Amino acid sequence: MSVAAGAGLRAPFEVEHASRSSRIGSVALAIAFVALVAAPSFAGRDDLRLLSEIFSYIVLASLWNLLAGYAGLVSVGQQAYVGIGGYVLFAATILAGIHPLAAVPLAGIAGALLALPVAGLMFRLRGHYFAIGTWVVAEVFRLLASQLSALGGGSGISLPAGTVIAMAATRQWREFLIYWLSLALLLAVLGAIVLLLRSRYGLALTAIRDNEIAARSHGIDVWRVKLAIYVAAALGTSMMGALIFLQKLRISPDTAFSVNDWTAFVIFITVIGGIGRIEGPIIGTLVFFILRKTLADLGSLYLLMLGAVAIAVMLFAPKGIWGFVAGRFGWHLLPLERRLRLPADTSTK
Amino acid sequence: MQWLNVIIQGVLVGGLYAMFAAGLALIFGVMRLVNIAHGDLIVLAAYLALVATDALGINPLTAILIVAPVMGAIGYGLQRGLLNRTLGDDVLPPLLVTFGLSIIIQNALLELFTADSRRLAAGAIEVESFPLVEGVSIGVLPLLQFVAAVAVIGALQVLFYRTALGRAFRATSDDPAVAQLMGLDNRHVFALAMALSLAVVAVAGVLLAIRTNFDPAIGPARLIFGFEAVIIGGLGSLWGTFAGGIILGVAQAIGAHINPGWQVLAGHLAFLIILALRPEGLFPKVQG
Repeated sequence: MSVAAGAGLRAPFEVEHASRSSRIGSVALAIAFVALVAAPSFAGRDDLRLLSEIFSYIVLASLWNLLAGYAGLVSVGQQAYVGIGGYVLFAATILAGIHPLAAVPLAGIAGALLALPVAGLMFRLRGHYFAIGTWVVAEVFRLLASQLSALGGGSGISLPAGTVIAMAATRQWREFLIYWLSLALLLAVLGAIVLLLRSRYGLALTAIRDNEIAARSHGIDVWRVKLAIYVAAALGTSMMGALIFLQKLRISPDTAFSVNDWTAFVIFITVIGGIGRIEGPIIGTLVFFILRKTLADLGSLYLLMLGAVAIAVMLFAPKGIWGFVAGRFGWHLLPLERRLRLPADTSTK
Repeated sequence: MQWLNVIIQGVLVGGLYAMFAAGLALIFGVMRLVNIAHGDLIVLAAYLALVATDALGINPLTAILIVAPVMGAIGYGLQRGLLNRTLGDDVLPPLLVTFGLSIIIQNALLELFTADSRRLAAGAIEVESFPLVEGVSIGVLPLLQFVAAVAVIGALQVLFYRTALGRAFRATSDDPAVAQLMGLDNRHVFALAMALSLAVVAVAGVLLAIRTNFDPAIGPARLIFGFEAVIIGGLGSLWGTFAGGIILGVAQAIGAHINPGWQVLAGHLAFLIILALRPEGLFPKVQG
């Protein structure tokens, strides 16, 4: 797990990413992944649905974390891309007769393309105002979607039976298929984020996260890096949106562009789990679902408590649960650290 | 005549948006804080007025005299107890804390007052109107709202540039560290700014609640209208914010006249067009 990086320098050194905890973490994640792939053979329908939902929140939260935790782009409008993904899927299958599975990557591309002009406008707004600006954009897309009479206007539309059957003949296999697709997207998004953070762009991102002015003075084109991250997050979020609504089989402007479902929860998950760390959204999602399971009967009081917990975490433990764990015990689930090792240095920690 | 009517109604509604915006612009100017719960605090003020009118049997316009000081006190406490801790170089903490606050206020109102839509009854004034020219008449209530908006913006302008408190606001805005060296307590100054912002919010919230139905979920849209007015007008100028509110109101009125479904959309598009053409807003502040 080490890369020879300093071969041309006088004192050759190696950059080591892995530590003991990240080796244990990687092995544990690999075992969990194998178990999850096999889950349809032993888990019930409800469990698979719950797992798909958990995967979708890990994906959404990981992408939001990439935006807010690394690129400093605090968006309150990612529901725009969930909704666009869903609506592109429905438009492509219903209006153009495209196979639903082909429509999922198409939804991602559409989201990424729309993200370009949106970023051009929104990047004019600084920090705080960027947040509300992205919300306005999401509202614009919601209002436009409710004007689409071919897709049911404000009341929404269901996926026709023919399209649903085209996916797989039986309901069971359809559910397996969507489950595996969600798992595959989760793996792809987490894998892409790990590779990104280990590349030199990851170093640039970390530098921007820690100090934007210093990053710029080291020759990083901050605007371009942010644009690339914004578009990549839109791509992943739109594909996830397409999958979410492929599972729901029904879409409406209010559910597709819901700020509560696709942004408020995602922000709380990331903040509670630990913002600016790849493990944060995973831990946060698990906590979120455990809380939901135990407190669901409380209705709106549950949301109120979630808001209060997020505020408390932000004030008293701004790095979240995983930030606390990583700081206290030096644990890392994934090999993302950079530790220089000189040849003379024999200490392997 | 029809279009004149549409534009006049838009201008009058714009006064209300300008009041939403003034509260936002005030705290952003003084402490670079964007309050995502702003819209929900507007709705909270409306519910406080509802409780006051129900309990005391007073007119909602009179209730402003109670709601404004209460909201001011809430603002002072909120800033001193919670929001001051979030201020710093990082934009994330204030955004997330006010976002959490927004969710808390919405759900607390939902729990206390249910999702039913409510309205404040102000009596005959709600429907009174007088003709301006033939075919165009002006409602007394919308006019009153507009006059209130002008008065609020004018008062804020005087307060900012003619009083010791305004000087403290401007000094802290320019350089908080030096302001502190000169003997200002920033925590207190910030809390006073938030108190003032929420007092303005109270006036806007009560006037909104007399004019339209409200329920716990309408806050975020009010935040967005206020925000759009601030950006259209240009940062740092109160009369610019006022103009921004009016432009937004007129854009919405024109959109609604073409197609009722386009009212809010037209406002958003006006905002995006101005952001594309003049990102600094129409009337940015030229000098300190």
